Amino acid sequence: MQLPRERGPISRHVIGSLVRTQDEAGPIAIGAAEVLDDGDAQLALWILYELHYRGFDEVAEDREWDLGLLRLRKTLERRFEHELRRAVGSVPVASGTGDVSAQLLELIAADDSPPVAAFLHRTASREHIVDFLRERSVQQLKESDPQSFVLPRIGGAAKAALAELQYDEYGGGRPERLHSTLFADALRAAGLDDSYGAYTDDVSALSLANANAMSLFGLQRRLRGAAMGHLAAFEATSSVPARKIAAGIERVGLPDAVAAYFHEHVEADAVHEQVALHDICGRLVEEDPTLGADVLFGAATCLHLAALSGAELLERWSGELEVAS
Amino acid sequence: MTGEVSVRVCPGGPLLVRGAEVVVDDAGERHPVTRPVVAVCACGMSGRKPWCDSTHKAVPAQAR
Ligand code: FES
Ligand SMILES: [Fe+2]
Ligand SMILES: [Fe+2]
Repeated sequence: MQLPRERGPISRHVIGSLVRTQDEAGPIAIGAAEVLDDGDAQLALWILYELHYRGFDEVAEDREWDLGLLRLRKTLERRFEHELRRAVGSVPVASGTGDVSAQLLELIAADDSPPVAAFLHRTASREHIVDFLRERSVQQLKESDPQSFVLPRIGGAAKAALAELQYDEYGGGRPERLHSTLFADALRAAGLDDSYGAYTDDVSALSLANANAMSLFGLQRRLRGAAMGHLAAFEATSSVPARKIAAGIERVGLPDAVAAYFHEHVEADAVHEQVALHDICGRLVEEDPTLGADVLFGAATCLHLAALSGAELLERWSGELEVAS
Repeated sequence: MTGEVSVRVCPGGPLLVRGAEVVVDDAGERHPVTRPVVAVCACGMSGRKPWCDSTHKAVPAQAR
């Protein structure tokens, strides 16, 4: 993958340090503005995370453990996590000793995210759907990879259930059924570039933030509860929207391979929802009750970021509709 | 695989089935299992029977 284009001082610093030198990256001051929806900060974080996934063509592989870059990552992560905790801190969750899957369901039921799937189903043009796929590509081409980092960090029933879920995400032994491959097939069929990282320059700060939140949780053992809560909320809010999105794709006449990714998720995520809520999160918190709060934090983060992204896309698309009409 | 089939009832939702190789529907049609775990529709409303497609979520809790 090629390095993306800089979006400001922080990403310029990261890219510059990666291409120009083999030396440890120097320090850089981060301004006081929020990083959550800042394209420059989120891109910097995305690049720093990618060193742990697929890397970049022109970057030496040992830069993954460059102490200067890790220090910068830590600074950005601390800010990102703090902003997320502040943003979702007020989410009403039934307190007390109730089991975590019931609390997760309550959180999900209270979610009133903007109706992106309904728009894609009934109203969206072909271009809107293509735009949606492009924005999602930064997370979906590495679908399930952030969660795989959690496997060695948990044990027992929760580990077995996560492995079971991931095996399904990874195609059940059939490479052509890898969900990330199905997404790449969908991109190609929609006329988009399916290569990893092809649209990093084009997507919004919030699309990067959605992808980065999963890496934030997946790459730190401390946040394993949040990673699994995020997974549960993601799976539990996927099957019904996937059905609507598939219908929208068929309505505008995009090829079957585009809808196929979403059809697969109607069925798969109806399963994954149950596995993630009960067999992963339920058993994880049974084993270690101290993880309960972070499971809920992760779930709330997933819903919060999806809501922000949804609002952004609907606003963008409704603007286009007005211009067109 | 141990040869054991386990079924978990998800209240208001599907049956979560592990270890099965095939699911036979009312009409006797055989549906091969291609996932490590499958959700079999228990509400009767799925558009992709025998698999759950989350249509059960549109049904009010009392009517299930
Ligand atoms: S149980 Fe889910 S659709 Fe019937
Ligand atoms: Fe998937
Ligand atoms: Fe899934």
